[in-house]
Amino acid sequence: MLKTFSLGGVHPAENKFSAGQKIAVLPVPEQVSVPIAQHIGAPSEPIVKKGDEVKVGQLIAKSSGFVSANIHSPVSGKVFKIDDILDASGYKRKAIIIKTEGDEWDASIDRSEDLKTEITASPEEIIKKIGDAGIVGLGGATFPAHVKLSVPPGKTCEVLILNGVECEPYLTADHQLMIEKGDEIMVGTQILMKALKVDRAIIGIENNKPDAIKQMSELAKNYAGISIQPLKVQYPQGGEKQLIDACIGRQIPSGKLPIEVGAVVQNIGTTLAVYEAVQKNKPLFERVVTVTGKSVTKPSNFMARIGTPMNQLIEAAGGLPQDTGKVIGGGPMMGKALVSTEVPITKGSSGILIMPKEIAKRAKMEACIRCSKCVSVCPMGLSPYLLMTVSDKAVWDRAEEEKIMDCIECGSCSFTCPANRPLLDYIRLGKGKVGQIMRSRTK
Amino acid sequence: MNVVLITIISLGVLGALAAIILYFVAQKFKVFEDPRIDQVEEVLPAANCGGCGFPGCRAFAEAMVKSDDISALNCPVGGADTMKAAAEILGKEVKAADPMVAVVRCNGTCENRPRIAEYDGATSCTIASSLYGGDTGCSNGCLGLGECVDACAFNAMYMDKETGLPVIIEDNCVSCGACVDACPKNIIELRKKGPKNRRIFVSCVNTDKGAAAKKACSAACIGCKKCQKICPFDAITVENNLAYIDYNKCKLCRKCVAECPTNAIHIVNFPPPKPKVEKPAEAKAE
Repeated sequence: MLKTFSLGGVHPAENKFSAGQKIAVLPVPEQVSVPIAQHIGAPSEPIVKKGDEVKVGQLIAKSSGFVSANIHSPVSGKVFKIDDILDASGYKRKAIIIKTEGDEWDASIDRSEDLKTEITASPEEIIKKIGDAGIVGLGGATFPAHVKLSVPPGKTCEVLILNGVECEPYLTADHQLMIEKGDEIMVGTQILMKALKVDRAIIGIENNKPDAIKQMSELAKNYAGISIQPLKVQYPQGGEKQLIDACIGRQIPSGKLPIEVGAVVQNIGTTLAVYEAVQKNKPLFERVVTVTGKSVTKPSNFMARIGTPMNQLIEAAGGLPQDTGKVIGGGPMMGKALVSTEVPITKGSSGILIMPKEIAKRAKMEACIRCSKCVSVCPMGLSPYLLMTVSDKAVWDRAEEEKIMDCIECGSCSFTCPANRPLLDYIRLGKGKVGQIMRSRTK
Repeated sequence: MNVVLITIISLGVLGALAAIILYFVAQKFKVFEDPRIDQVEEVLPAANCGGCGFPGCRAFAEAMVKSDDISALNCPVGGADTMKAAAEILGKEVKAADPMVAVVRCNGTCENRPRIAEYDGATSCTIASSLYGGDTGCSNGCLGLGECVDACAFNAMYMDKETGLPVIIEDNCVSCGACVDACPKNIIELRKKGPKNRRIFVSCVNTDKGAAAKKACSAACIGCKKCQKICPFDAITVENNLAYIDYNKCKLCRKCVAECPTNAIHIVNFPPPKPKVEKPAEAKAE
C-alpha cells in the first residue's frame, strides 16, 4: 500500500500530455517585461532606470524587506522603460521593460555544463547566496526560499522534504527536470541539507512518474541521506502540509508552519535553482514552463526567460488552437484564467494550460444538496459548504471559528461539488475578510 | 372540589411569592434609561440602515442623547426635518446637513467599453474583483454583477440591462452609503444633491494613462486637464490621470462639460441646452 496523506483529496484525470517532452530552450525574446512583484511579500525596488545597459543575471530590482526577493535581468540590453503593464489578472502592475541586444551574461556566472558536487560554502553563506539570487518557491506559491531556510531560533529542523509530486494535472515541468537534471537536483538537495543542518532528506514523487522514481532512486545511492518516497497519486499532495503528512506522517497544528513538526519543504524546481545559484553563481532568471492542453498541437516543456510574453510560448507549442475557451496560468486546479496572452512569464508560472471551449466553461450553479462530498474531500478537514454560506452571509466570527484560515485553496471542494457551487471563490472572499479582521486585532 | 381549591390557592401563593421576588430583583438591578432615547427613536425613520454610522436607529438615538454637540451627527434618511424634530426633543442645536445622493462614476456601457474577456465565476463583484481586473480593458470600472443593487435596502437601484451598469433612482435614494461600501471598485460616491437637484460629476474612476484609458473605454477620463484649466472656481483637481470635481466648490457653470473631449463629465437634471449654446459648437465642427 503506497503512502499518501490521511485526510480527503481527489484524483482528477491526469492528462499529462507533455510528459517525456525534452525541455526545449526558448529563444531569447526581443523584449521582456519583468514585473517587480513576482513573489509573496513586499514588491522589489527597481535599481535601474530608463536607458541603462544591463547584462543577463544583473540585479535590476532589490529586495525591499525581510519577506521579499531580488530580481535579475533575464536578458542583456537596454532598459526601455519602467511602466505599468497588464498582469495575469488584468490589473496594472509595475514592470521593468527591457529591449534585448545580444545575449551577454554577467561575467560571474559559470555557464559550463559540468556537475560541481563539492559544496564549499558554509550554511550561512548558502542562505545568503540563495537570498541574493532571488530564489522563490517555484511550485507556484513564490514564497522567498531564503526566508523558509532561516529556521527561527528555538526550533530545529529534522528533515528536508522535497516536492517532486507535481500533483496538478497536465503539468510536467518538475517531472522532466527530475529526468534531465537528476544529478544537479541531488547536489541541490545536499546544499539545502547543509543549510538546514539536517542529515536526512526525502524526495516525494507520485506513482504516475515511474521513470522519475527509478532514476532518482538510482542516483540517490550516490548521495548520503537522500531517500525517495513513492506516493499514491492524490491531489493536493503537493501542498506542504499534505506532503509532510504523506512522507513522515506528522500533522501540522492549525495556523502553524511546517517547522513546528521539524520539517522544511522545497520544490524540485527550487532545488535546481539553489544548485545553480550556489555552485554556478547563476541567479533565478529562467524557469521551466509546461505549455499544454487537449487541443495543443505540440504540448511541450520550455526553459523560458522570466518576462517572456506567454504568447511566444504558446506559438512555440504550435499556436493557440481554434477551439480555445480559456487560457490558464498554472495548473487546472489552482491556476487562474488569463485575460490576455501578452502577460509575461514570472517566477511563479509553472504552466500555461489551454482549455477547449466545451470543457472551459463553468456549469450553472445549483442549490446545495447537502451531500457533504466537499467535506469528505477537504484535505484540511474543513466544511466548505458551511464556509461558503458564512462568507456569503458575512458571518465572519463564525467563519473564523470554523477555521477558514486553514484553507489551502486547493479547490478540491469546487472540483467535486455535484451542484457546481463556487465554494472556493466564496471561501477566498471569507479568508480575505477574516485575515483582515485578525490582523487588525493584533495591531 | 377540595382539589380545585387547593390547586388555586397553592398556585396563587406561588405566584404572589414570585411577584414579590421579581419586584425586589427589578428594584435591585434597575437600569436607568433616559426616556428621551425612546422619544428620539420615535421620530427616526426606523430603517436601521446604518447610514448614520451607528448600528441602528436606537444606537443613533442613544448617541444623540449622550453627546453634547450633535452637529456632527446626521440621519441621511430622515434628512433635515427629522434632525430638527430630534433636536427639539433634546433642546440641542443641529446644523442642517446638505442632502446627498449616490452617483455611479462609471459610464463604461457595452458600447463605450468593448469586452475582452468573459467571466463565468460566482455572481459577486467582490469575488470577481479579487480574481481579475474585469471583462474589459479597464480594471477600474464597473464589473456589472450588481452587488450594490443587492446592498440597497431602499429599492433605489437597479441594473440597466442595456448598459450593464447600475442606475440610481434619485427619489428613493436616502444616501445611506450601503452601495458605496458594497462596491469593491469604489465607483459609487455620495455627492451633494445640489440646488434643484442639479449636479456635475466626472463619471469615471480610471487611473490609467490617457491612451490606455481611451483604448479601454471611449468615455473614460484621460486626465488631459482641460477641465481643470477652464474651471473658474478651482473646483477640479487631476490626480493619477483622473479628474475630480469638488462638489463644495463647484458652482455648476458647466464650462468643463463642453470642454471634456471624451464626455466623461456628466450633468444631472439640467434643462436641455438652449439653441444659443449649440451654435458655437456647430461652428467648430464645420
